[in-house]
Amino acid sequence: MVQGAKAGTTKRSGRPGPAPSSLKTPPLKNEGLTQEQLLQAYNDMLLIRRFEEKAGQLYGMGLIGGFCHLYIGQEAVVVGMQMCLKPGDQVITSYRDHGHMLATGMESRGVMAELTGREGGYSRGKGGSMHMFSREKGFYGGHGIVGAQVSIGTGLAFSNMYRNDGSVCLTYYGDGAANQGQVFESYNLAALMKLPVIFIIENNKYGMGTSAERASASKDRSKDGTPWGIPGEQVDGMDVQAVKAAGERAVAYCREGNGPYILEMKTYRYRGHSMSDPAKYRTREEVQKMREQHDPIETIRKILLEGGMDETKIKTVDDKVKTIVADAAEFAQTSPEPDEKELWTDILVEAR
Amino acid sequence: MGATILMPALSPTMTEGKLSRWLKKEGDTVAAGDVIAEIETDKATMEVEAVDEGQITKILVAEGTEGVAVNSAIAELDGGDSKNAAGGPQQPVSNATKAGGETAEVAKQAEDHGAVAAKGAAKGEGSAAQAKGPEQEPEKDWGPTKTQTVREALRDAMALEMRADDTVFLLGEEVAQYQGAYKVSQGLLDEFGPKRVVDTPITEHGFTGMAVGAAMSGLRPIVEFMTFNFSMQAIDHIINSAAKTLYMSGGQLGCPIVFRGPNGAAARVAAQHSQCYASWYAHVPGLRVLAPWSAADAKGLLRAAIRDPNPVVFLENEILYGQSFEVPEDDDFILPIGKAKIERRGKDVTIVAFSIEVGLALKAAEKLAEEGIDAEVINLRSIRPLDTETIVNSVKKTNRLVTVEEGWAFSGIGAEVAMQVIEHAFDHLDAPPVRVAGLDVPMPYAANLEKLALPTVDHVVDAAKSVTYKK
Ligand SMILES: Cc1ncc(C[n+]2csc(CCOP(=O)(O)OP(=O)(O)O)c2C)c(N)n1
Ligand SMILES: [Mg+2]
Repeated sequence: MVQGAKAGTTKRSGRPGPAPSSLKTPPLKNEGLTQEQLLQAYNDMLLIRRFEEKAGQLYGMGLIGGFCHLYIGQEAVVVGMQMCLKPGDQVITSYRDHGHMLATGMESRGVMAELTGREGGYSRGKGGSMHMFSREKGFYGGHGIVGAQVSIGTGLAFSNMYRNDGSVCLTYYGDGAANQGQVFESYNLAALMKLPVIFIIENNKYGMGTSAERASASKDRSKDGTPWGIPGEQVDGMDVQAVKAAGERAVAYCREGNGPYILEMKTYRYRGHSMSDPAKYRTREEVQKMREQHDPIETIRKILLEGGMDETKIKTVDDKVKTIVADAAEFAQTSPEPDEKELWTDILVEAR
Repeated sequence: MGATILMPALSPTMTEGKLSRWLKKEGDTVAAGDVIAEIETDKATMEVEAVDEGQITKILVAEGTEGVAVNSAIAELDGGDSKNAAGGPQQPVSNATKAGGETAEVAKQAEDHGAVAAKGAAKGEGSAAQAKGPEQEPEKDWGPTKTQTVREALRDAMALEMRADDTVFLLGEEVAQYQGAYKVSQGLLDEFGPKRVVDTPITEHGFTGMAVGAAMSGLRPIVEFMTFNFSMQAIDHIINSAAKTLYMSGGQLGCPIVFRGPNGAAARVAAQHSQCYASWYAHVPGLRVLAPWSAADAKGLLRAAIRDPNPVVFLENEILYGQSFEVPEDDDFILPIGKAKIERRGKDVTIVAFSIEVGLALKAAEKLAEEGIDAEVINLRSIRPLDTETIVNSVKKTNRLVTVEEGWAFSGIGAEVAMQVIEHAFDHLDAPPVRVAGLDVPMPYAANLEKLALPTVDHVVDAAKSVTYKK
């Protein structure tokens, strides 16, 4: 970890103005978060990291099939945003969804068992890595068609407006998805109807093998809502504190009934697009540099230590996370395959 | 405690690979995330990362070794995992063997298709030549052949047509720099440059409409959908713009365009990524719908599709991409649109199939032969227009019909084939036709459920027996 090499968002007060186009380098310190809050964020990010590493391992062993998209590197985004929510708020995302589920409080066991296609999985083995849901935790999936969740998330926000319940919907999508036509249709709908939706672009620089530069003529995605008057910010998505700060501004704006908000998270995925991606479109050095200089978990660990946090306290978190993940992996391997009868359930709701 | 490094699976269908290079040697220390080796599959070269930290005490598989099975030990960390070394059933490994077995089964099924493929192709050609009777003219003999994968045959077809006609161009997601998400467009960017091999953003509705517009003004686009599941984003342009404009313009605005990509079930990718769209597109007047099985089908039909002045939906299959078949070497080799191929002659029952299910049908025919039932297998090749004549002539001879498709039976291709037979040869039927099809459910992810949802050789055998009253 190189001191001071981290980038962060420019902090602004009051109403959002135009987004900063260049990121400045903040000091390594607590920015509005207490040591205890930081330790919680560290815990939540580490859980996602270790969970995903284990998932990669199980995939290699043939226990997980099909596509498996890991979230390693992007942990600060969901963890920072989740800190801004209250019960009743909703979250929706793409197929790169394991981190989002864990952040909303869904159980590691149920998520891992869905990856292995077992009865104990959130969808009883019928959805797999890309398709899990939890109404209880406000998690609405888990969608495999690039961009589709953006319109659906706008619809979740519509129901919030309709019920006037003060809830907001976090709608996550990638830099590649941000080019789909329905994304722009959603911007217009949300702005027109003043829907409480936060559009969160997880710009990890690539959509599969295509860099963001090669896929969009729009260079600052936080400004994509400008024609409809949607405010936007670019945020250092590798810095959980910057994410949380921007998230609070966005959530407050939405809850006040002002309509949608765009957050472009500058982030990075360390692994390939899915497990079978040879990743020839970027250099090993590029990945290594991100890992060494901008790792969201290492950054927080360092701030904790510099702030005087007892190292054994951090170690306790490390151990706890390790135990949770090992237990989830064990559960995912011992939970039985779904009963054959499951083939024919859940196709339609039986009318009463 | 040490650990054993196992050969990882890097894609849903991978069962083995080549260990092409070690980046670490015995004695080196590695940390989680370090790249330790490179392995090669038929699609790509991939890096293997360490998941544990420790010292590599032993390399068990030398670099350059081919056919290294997934989950076999390739190296030892810190002396290796004692449980594993002792051959004891280590928990994850035994589970992996089970799951690996399932993967192997998929591969084996694919292999079955392949094995039959080679034989079927050879036999098909031969028996067609000796066939007598009015059913079907023997297919043109294109002379010497070479062995090619379906993937290569598709690439060659595009390259040949692009060389011959500079209005032909390819566009889609990852087709250029990445060489195709499934490596079908390998080498095309190098040969034809970025003007004719065009990477698009993930905007199916937009780029499909754009391609339709280009076709209306005389260019000949080939639109690759990464898979046909994503053509749903663009289906409005395929149907409302491409298929109908010639009619609406009183014949002024044709649309010479090909929509191609993998269609149908892939392995373990769940409901949104595993579906057959044949019957969706076959429903629409103004479209042609082709579905190749062998590499020769792929090459001959894709060339015909590109030259055709109409919109053509060209349904490939991911699992077939890596399979090899004999393909005529003749530079002019092309197949007609609208003609089915009798892959196997028989007198007792007609089995009609398309795409990957042709391999399944041929396999079933072999099994049926062992039981004294002589099945005729028809490879549709073209779904719209449908070669009703070949099907009807066959049923007039066998008096029995079984259809096979991966998609859902309801309003499916089998339903249409059976209805054509009922309309044209009702009096010749000795039994009600039977449809073998994917189960009427969205595709489940779980391995055991997925297996139950798709047609198998045994389903086809059982159906053939039931229509011949042998069961
Ligand atoms: C409509 C549609 N088109 C194509 C795909 C295939 N596909 C899956 S993920 C992906 C890349 C998406 O990139 P991005 O939105 O940046 O998300 P990331 O994977 O980086 O999280 C593509 C092209 C798809 N699933 N759906
Ligand atoms: Mg991306």
